Amino acid sequence: MKHFRILLTIFAISIATVALAQEKSNRVIPAVDVQKLNGSKFNTSEIKNDGKPIIINFWATWCAPCKRELNNITELYEDWQEETGVKLVAISIDDTRNMAKVAPYVNGKGWEYEVYIDPNGDFKRALGVNNVPHTFLVDGDGQIVWQHNSYSEGDEYELFELVKKLSEGQSIK
Amino acid sequence: MRIQIRNFSKLSCLLIGVLFGFNSLTGQSFQETLSKGQIRGNFQFDAQYYQEDTLIGAQDVPEKILSNGFLNLVYTNGNFSTGVRYESYLNALLGFPPGYQGSGITYRFASYTQDKLSITVGNFYEQFGNGLIFRTYEERGLGYDNVMDGVRLKYDLAKGVKLTGVIGKQRLFFEYGDGIVRGLDVDITLNDLFSKYSESKTRVIVGFSGISKYQQDLNSQLVLPENVGSFAGRININRGYFNFNGEYAYKYNDPSADNGFIYKPGEAIFLQTSYSRKGFGLVLAAKRNDNMSFRSDRTAGQQDLLINFIPALTKQHTYNLLATLYPYATQLNGEIAFQADLIYKFKKGTLLGGKRGMDILLNIATANNLDTTQLNDDATSRQGYESKYFSLGEVFFKDFNVQLNKKFSKKVTGRFTYANLVYNQDVIEGKPGAPIIYADVGIADVTYKFAQKKSLRTEAQVLLTKQDQGDWVTLLLEYSYAPHWFFAFLDQYNFGNPDPNLRVHYYNASMGYVDGGNRISLSYGRQRAGIFCVGGVCRVVPASNGLYLSVTSSF
Repeated sequence: MKHFRILLTIFAISIATVALAQEKSNRVIPAVDVQKLNGSKFNTSEIKNDGKPIIINFWATWCAPCKRELNNITELYEDWQEETGVKLVAISIDDTRNMAKVAPYVNGKGWEYEVYIDPNGDFKRALGVNNVPHTFLVDGDGQIVWQHNSYSEGDEYELFELVKKLSEGQSIK
Repeated sequence: MRIQIRNFSKLSCLLIGVLFGFNSLTGQSFQETLSKGQIRGNFQFDAQYYQEDTLIGAQDVPEKILSNGFLNLVYTNGNFSTGVRYESYLNALLGFPPGYQGSGITYRFASYTQDKLSITVGNFYEQFGNGLIFRTYEERGLGYDNVMDGVRLKYDLAKGVKLTGVIGKQRLFFEYGDGIVRGLDVDITLNDLFSKYSESKTRVIVGFSGISKYQQDLNSQLVLPENVGSFAGRININRGYFNFNGEYAYKYNDPSADNGFIYKPGEAIFLQTSYSRKGFGLVLAAKRNDNMSFRSDRTAGQQDLLINFIPALTKQHTYNLLATLYPYATQLNGEIAFQADLIYKFKKGTLLGGKRGMDILLNIATANNLDTTQLNDDATSRQGYESKYFSLGEVFFKDFNVQLNKKFSKKVTGRFTYANLVYNQDVIEGKPGAPIIYADVGIADVTYKFAQKKSLRTEAQVLLTKQDQGDWVTLLLEYSYAPHWFFAFLDQYNFGNPDPNLRVHYYNASMGYVDGGNRISLSYGRQRAGIFCVGGVCRVVPASNGLYLSVTSSF
């Protein structure tokens, strides 16, 4: 049995080596079913923005810093969109307990984001998200090029600097 | 443990087989196939150095240092995906279930999607409907993980019709539980199935599911059902800003340690409706669950081997005193709960809205016992009790809370909360004879921005009660320098404790550094005993004193 473990380890390492060597060109959004606010299913591989940058933000109605972040961005979002064409996709990880509060909160706050719910954490797991808030940046080619965990007041300015670079076709590595 | 390793080796063969097989079929080189793959994952490590502190009841820890850690690795290549998780508890942090001890691979899976069929073998998380009869999920921070180990099939039967079938055993720390869980779910989007409604503004989704469990009967006194079935039906109706979601679940007789081995069937109903438009949102919800504890081992307790998930219908608070002193978790044996949640935004330029607008959040929640009559039929039919459907029993929990959010200027933002709680400690914490706690809580949360990326957030919280440990006050100062640094100082003071010797301060200082997907934080000081909850699950954490290190990373 020990041999199998060793075999698997070697196998995993070889995959990792090749995958990481190619990292730049294949970090795409994984295809997972999430829910729209009207309850119907949506596959995350369909998250698109016409070759412009996308921000994917994981949040929850019970997460105070998450809400601070998205509420702060709301005030800047119109300008951001105008300048770069960026789209923000907010993924709520609320489960059955709080799911029904997502649409009223989003509408109540007047968010203009594209919002989906990931009630059993499938998308969260597929992207390796540990805690919320967690933000990803996707470039015009659909590659995930940056991520950030947690939120501090002012992080949104850093985020927008990166979005601007992406929209100008610059690398942010 | 042995079973697990055996499966693991089989799985590794399977993985290699699948990849090489896949390869030879398409005629690509192995290298080329692999180069399309991507690896993702995350890592977390928490360690605490403990100091004895008799004043707050922090016990001496023989190991001095305890730690929890895990690493998740997921490999995806086109329609193929596989992953493992390694977990380590050396030994588990205080407050974690004692079953977590040692290290090992606790999660591994392989999945493949071919046209309309999707196959997963190994471990998987799945939820049917609202979870009333089936939900496996994880809350790593609480040590909650009832993941399945077995096979899952998903099939798109027709446009708008999805079938999901599962079979497996559930995780119990480093092993698997006794019982076998199997089930089927059908999810039908009527607008997709019937093309003439495809353009209809009203969208209707219905679902039906069944779950059964098998566990051998080794009881010498009672004849226990070895197979226990349950089913549920649900509907979601959406039209524009309006949404209704309802589910009913029924479970056949399932004598267990939870219900005192009675043969009464269980049932649950869960209803939620919401209406929202720009600047306004309202949710009304009701729930009744009666004898709906459902585990794959009838003798299990705590949070072990739960097959289903009955959500608590109360607000999930985040402020320290509100969230960890008297939080509520669903009483699985029976409760009736209601909740109303309102959000309203006063527009800019109105009397209350002022120059920058203001919003108000109002939430009212109640949970009561069922109104039951004991039958005292232990020696005959063992139905246990009868419950009246629409009648309320003793109060378990009440929460009235209101929150105002206001931006005063470009630099100052405030959030003010008031809450009134009624908390049945006797039932919720299992402390017989403890009085019902009535508490008033006030919180002011003010953020001051010095510069675009520098800010100071202060929280002043007070909780007043005549019961339990009496009054508390909390002060938090948090300075953040985006995007990398934060520093915080926290003091919680139990100034109203009935015992003057226990009127202690819980000082805690912390700092952290964040860089992209990595986060490191360090804190030193006292941690109050409390109940930490995520989702519907709570964990009691004892008081401690010492140095705490936490490292998280996503890649």
